[in-house]
Amino acid sequence: MKARTSWDVVCKVEDLVPESGVAVWTEDGPVAVFYLPHRLPALFAVSHTDPFSGSNVLARGITGDIKGEPVVASPLYKQHFSLVTGQCLEDEDVKIETYPVLLDGDQIRLEVPVTHSETAAA
Amino acid sequence: MSKQTLIVIGNGMVGHHFLEQLTGSAAADRFDIKVFGEEKLLAYDRVHLSEYFGGSTHADLAMGTADWYAENNIDLHLNEQVTAIDRDQKTVTTSEGSYGYDELVLATGSYPFVPPIKGNEHPHCLVYRTLEDLDSIRASAQGVKTGVVVGGGLLGLEAANALKSLGLDAHVVEFAPRLMPVQLDTDGGALLRHKIEELGVQVHTEKATTEIVEGEDCRLRMNFSDDSHLETDLIVFSAGIRPQDTLARDSGLDIGERGGIVINDQCTTSDPHIHAIGECALWGGKIFGLVAPGYTMARTLASALNGDSEAAFTGADMSTKLKLLGVDVGSIGDAHGQTPGARNIRFNDEQAGHYRRMVVSEDGKTLLGAILVGDNGPYDTLLQYALNGITLPDNPETLILPESEGGAPALGPDALPETASICSCHNVTKGDICGAIDAGCSDLGSVKGETKASTGCGGCAALLKNVVDSELEKRGVEVSKDICEHFPYSRQELFHLVKVNGIRTFQTLIQEHGKGHGCDICKPAVASILATCWNEHILATDHVPLQDTNDTFMANMQKNGTYSIVPRVPGGEITPDKLIVLGEVAKEYNLYTKITGGQRVDLFGATLSELPEIWEKLIAAGFETGHAYGKSLRTVKSCVGSTWCRYGVQDSVGMAIFLEDRYKGLRSPHKIKMAVSGCTRECAEAQSKDIGVIATENGWNLYVCGNGGMRPRHADLFATDLSDEELVRTIDRVLMFYVRTADRLQRTSVWMENLEGGLEYLKEVALEDSLGIGKELEEHMESIVGTYQCEWKTAVEDPEKRKRFREFVNAPEKKDPVQQWTTERDQRRPVLETESA
Ligand SMILES: Cc1cc2nc3c(=O)[nH]c(=O)nc-3n(C[C@H](O)[C@H](O)[C@H](O)COP(=O)(O)OP(=O)(O)OC[C@H]3O[C@@H](n4cnc5c(N)ncnc54)[C@H](O)[C@@H]3O)c2cc1C
Ligand code: HEM
Ligand code: SF4
Ligand code: SF4
Ligand code: FES
Repeated sequence: MKARTSWDVVCKVEDLVPESGVAVWTEDGPVAVFYLPHRLPALFAVSHTDPFSGSNVLARGITGDIKGEPVVASPLYKQHFSLVTGQCLEDEDVKIETYPVLLDGDQIRLEVPVTHSETAAA
Repeated sequence: MSKQTLIVIGNGMVGHHFLEQLTGSAAADRFDIKVFGEEKLLAYDRVHLSEYFGGSTHADLAMGTADWYAENNIDLHLNEQVTAIDRDQKTVTTSEGSYGYDELVLATGSYPFVPPIKGNEHPHCLVYRTLEDLDSIRASAQGVKTGVVVGGGLLGLEAANALKSLGLDAHVVEFAPRLMPVQLDTDGGALLRHKIEELGVQVHTEKATTEIVEGEDCRLRMNFSDDSHLETDLIVFSAGIRPQDTLARDSGLDIGERGGIVINDQCTTSDPHIHAIGECALWGGKIFGLVAPGYTMARTLASALNGDSEAAFTGADMSTKLKLLGVDVGSIGDAHGQTPGARNIRFNDEQAGHYRRMVVSEDGKTLLGAILVGDNGPYDTLLQYALNGITLPDNPETLILPESEGGAPALGPDALPETASICSCHNVTKGDICGAIDAGCSDLGSVKGETKASTGCGGCAALLKNVVDSELEKRGVEVSKDICEHFPYSRQELFHLVKVNGIRTFQTLIQEHGKGHGCDICKPAVASILATCWNEHILATDHVPLQDTNDTFMANMQKNGTYSIVPRVPGGEITPDKLIVLGEVAKEYNLYTKITGGQRVDLFGATLSELPEIWEKLIAAGFETGHAYGKSLRTVKSCVGSTWCRYGVQDSVGMAIFLEDRYKGLRSPHKIKMAVSGCTRECAEAQSKDIGVIATENGWNLYVCGNGGMRPRHADLFATDLSDEELVRTIDRVLMFYVRTADRLQRTSVWMENLEGGLEYLKEVALEDSLGIGKELEEHMESIVGTYQCEWKTAVEDPEKRKRFREFVNAPEKKDPVQQWTTERDQRRPVLETESA
């Protein structure tokens, strides 16, 4: 059976920065939300935590594409992570969490696992 | 067929190398091999003997292991001297017994020559050849203070350095009028002497020692023929080496007039079953006191014993390049110009401490020899000319002139013939390299792996890379200059596109001239180009996503995701009040505080959301951003100059502040550093900067394109005695030309070296306005200076821009949980992984 999840509102459209990322706090920890207006879909969400340093910085990386794959480059040690799969392009053993994301009116929602029972009840 | 016996006498460098060549070849199976070594220790690297005093052990220096000998069935007898050879019976006698041989190899090396001076048998008179010698020297140096080396040659100077490293006052006593009489001439020797005396080694030339007697203050006293004397506690004789040919002499083999076992091209002596290799051998009337020729002999003999009738030793190049007590010394070929008709070209810069001499043939077409002291820079190029007989250029002096005075750049790889030796350690020629490339090697790494070139001493690395690059290019292997997969252009080409087409955003540029969405390579590069061309605020909406995090948040990200803050302190001058503000802010936000190398203060550990608050306070106190995060002007370091310093001749602080205020905020391909010194003592270290200014009685000397760091480069003198206006105009032009034409992440040094025509060309452009763009460059700089804004001031005043500094947009009060702190030396710092684990 699929683990329980919920679609939480994390921020508004006006909080986003085109071609770049912002960090939000979720039940599952810090998440980076990217808005790439020249792509379809334009929204991506991956873990904000850089697996190489353990620091919460990925939303502050430069976005772009490598051979067509949308990526963010870690601002610390410059590895690239796919925004679609979370795969690190430089190290096949490293992969970061990705989260489904959608636009609901002017709100951004993320699908995150439910960890607290009270959230589950809501 | 029963095996024959091969005996090798001497287990030194060459003897060992010979065994390595022989094992693994067919001949190895033909022989039972016995080796006798007089020393107690297995063959070791004598060339690096002096490292023994630096902490290396015999194990570090050893060339093989006892196991290796056992595995190869070599019967090794150490500490067993051979005392006689009976050629009729074909036996050798040792201190332990007697052994028969079929083939005999003499690899007995040489021994240090001790001049016949009365008193030289004193127990504190020593030599410098074996590890045991070094043990004796160390023991003798215990608790005393002075040591003398007799002999100012190559080895003598090395021994003097060793004495110094043992804490002794070191002296060198030389019979000849100069140091290194074999390799150097009068001027070269004089310069070397000067440099070595600066290092604290005292040099006494033209001193003939007549006797050694008991000393009064020290153990010994040396009396000289000119009635002077010198007291010392120990003496190391390094007055030359003599071939160890006693065994050969006693058994009636042919010996040279001044010693040495005579050998033919196959390294065989006058007895067809006895061979000699290494320093004990005399070939063509010459002894070779270097290890490389010995190795060549070893290879030749191994091949000959394998039945290779072509194998022949044909002499060796005795050119040497070394660092003696940290001083570069090079000697090539006929350094003394003894070839009939030879002519000399000399360059002597006493100021810089460079001496260079070329010996050229009568017709001026070939290089016969050369001497270098102080800087071995031209060595590789000169050696190639000499070894390969390449025709010299019309003005051969350009080869040894510094580039700033019209010197020619190094010899291009294309000028080298196929036979040119590129790596002498592994005997690799240019032809071998071409062969490796033709056989499929397509980069430097694979050429190295295939040919072993550049895996020995490493001295040939730069030359090898040039040859490989040039050969690859010739074969059409494209060395791409494209900035990344999104733009088929170099940074310079992109600059032109932006400028010429008036492009103001990344989106326009990539839509019209590129493909895809960009990446972390091209985006910051384009941001920098846009900033240089149009100088708009870097947080303007279109530019935000292009920047590296450091530029976006105008601070330097540290490993735990916090930032450091470096306010500008122009010229390093700061009022007490401002200093107090820095202290107060640091205290309030608990920031780790450190002084940078650029004469300002770095505050570490601010979180993203604290940055604007902190800057609000700093700006209120009159601070501006220091651009420590950007590819732009960092600092202009200065010394205190004529205002306070008794030597100062100009106001260096005033000039530094002026320059820093002028060029702050200038976006460039890489960071730019400057410094201004108030006099020639150069306390601000201006000659290690991109732009260095040194005050003179009459104005300012300008140096350009220096840098520190991983590959330090001394700046080049660009113009002298400039007035304030001339100085600023010249810097305007040089910097603007750099910003416009350099590649991404190319510092001024590399940029200049890659300009066709180098420094000379740059001088023509900036000083003589050869391209007619002087005015344009100045105007462009003026417009940048005119539109300067402190990025932090603009940012804190704009609520939209401040929104970017929220750590979590949906949880402003949330503290980043991974940032954990501890205290060290009374300041806060991050907990390291090793501590938290
Ligand atoms: C301090 C120092 C620095 C040097 N620096 C350099 C340098 O930078 N570059 C360079 O090219 N060269 C340098 N050399 C020279 C280089 O070390 C020699 O060229 C090289 O060691 C010669 O090798 P070899 O095998 O001929 O002689 P050795 O290495 O001297 O070996 C000869 C061996 O034979 C043994 N032996 C002699 N007679 C007998 C006997 N009757 N029975 C048994 N064993 C015997 C000796 O004890 C010795 O161990 C330096 C030498 C010294 C001392
Ligand atoms: C890969 C190479 C380098 C990197 C990544 C690097 C990085 C940095 C960073 C991030 C800072 C700012 C400190 C801060 O605010 O946190 C800094 C400052 C400084 N660096 Fe480097 N640096 C490099 C090479 C060099 C070299 C080659 C030198 C000198 C020879 C050098 C000298 C300095 C100095 C003097 C400062 C202080 C300057 C100031 O006050 O702004 N750095 N460097
Ligand atoms: S460079 Fe000259 S003026 Fe400046 S501090 Fe040094 S000695 Fe004084
Ligand atoms: S030298 Fe190395 S560790 Fe020190 S600041 Fe520079 S990059 Fe960091
Ligand atoms: S010359 Fe020493 S490694 Fe090539």
